[in-house]
Amino acid sequence: MNVEWLWGLAGGLLIGLGAAVYLLCNGRIMGASGILGGLVERNDRSATTERLAFVAGLIGVPFLLRPLIAPQAQTHLTGDMAIVILAGLLVGVGTRIANGCTSGHGVCGISRFSLRGIVATVFYILAGGLTVALFRHALGVI
Amino acid sequence: MRGLFAFLAGSLFGTGLLISGMTDTTRVQGWLDVFGNWDPTLAFVMGGAILPMLVAWRLTRNRAPLVVDRFPAPPRAELDRRLIVGSVLFGVGWGLAGLCPGPAMASLSYGGVGGIVFLIAMIAGMFAAPKLGAQLDRVANAA
Repeated sequence: MNVEWLWGLAGGLLIGLGAAVYLLCNGRIMGASGILGGLVERNDRSATTERLAFVAGLIGVPFLLRPLIAPQAQTHLTGDMAIVILAGLLVGVGTRIANGCTSGHGVCGISRFSLRGIVATVFYILAGGLTVALFRHALGVI
Repeated sequence: MRGLFAFLAGSLFGTGLLISGMTDTTRVQGWLDVFGNWDPTLAFVMGGAILPMLVAWRLTRNRAPLVVDRFPAPPRAELDRRLIVGSVLFGVGWGLAGLCPGPAMASLSYGGVGGIVFLIAMIAGMFAAPKLGAQLDRVANAA
């Protein structure tokens, strides 16, 4: 039996639980791009410690837990550095201009029925789907 | 205390991304790939993540957060050019590499050189975003 979707659901619940902790305790929306982007722009210095702590957990805990719970996990990221750099730039610019990404607009926005969150999610999924269709099936480069 | 809860939130987020498979770019691109061998996992992750947050938003009513004064303001209703253009740019990058900001950070310790390069490029993009956003407003106002 294929249990991948169960791991997806379980992981999703943990993600939502993290977002709930951030909201109910710290009164903030758990958006990965907003937290990292806030550190980059150094807006709202009072949030710096909180943001650094969040990033430390986000990077450090998978580092510690992966050998124990998911030693086979890999990113399988493309080795084409031109694609990696272009994609990274687009994700950085796009999420900050749109003021949110999959966690902020997606998870936190949709769950409060925010029109902006829903519309952003529709557009980045459409753009992502068209990009994969074009670059994988038409051009064959990813 | 804010730091402690933020660390806990980041830890839960990172663990969820790890076990859900969302730090695997082939899964994310597989979900976006409706013309190929479609992978439904991301929909379960998104659904699973929204469930606790539906409850959490309900709990914010007539209450204050645990360690600060107030909850975020209600979401703005208006849609603007920044939201659409930014989301499209983000989506193109997401499709190209299969990484978004959360997984890019969560997988840093096992994503190899490519993962580090992606994160640096993403941070560079975040640096450039305020200027590019202002430029977008100017072009829009001139049109």
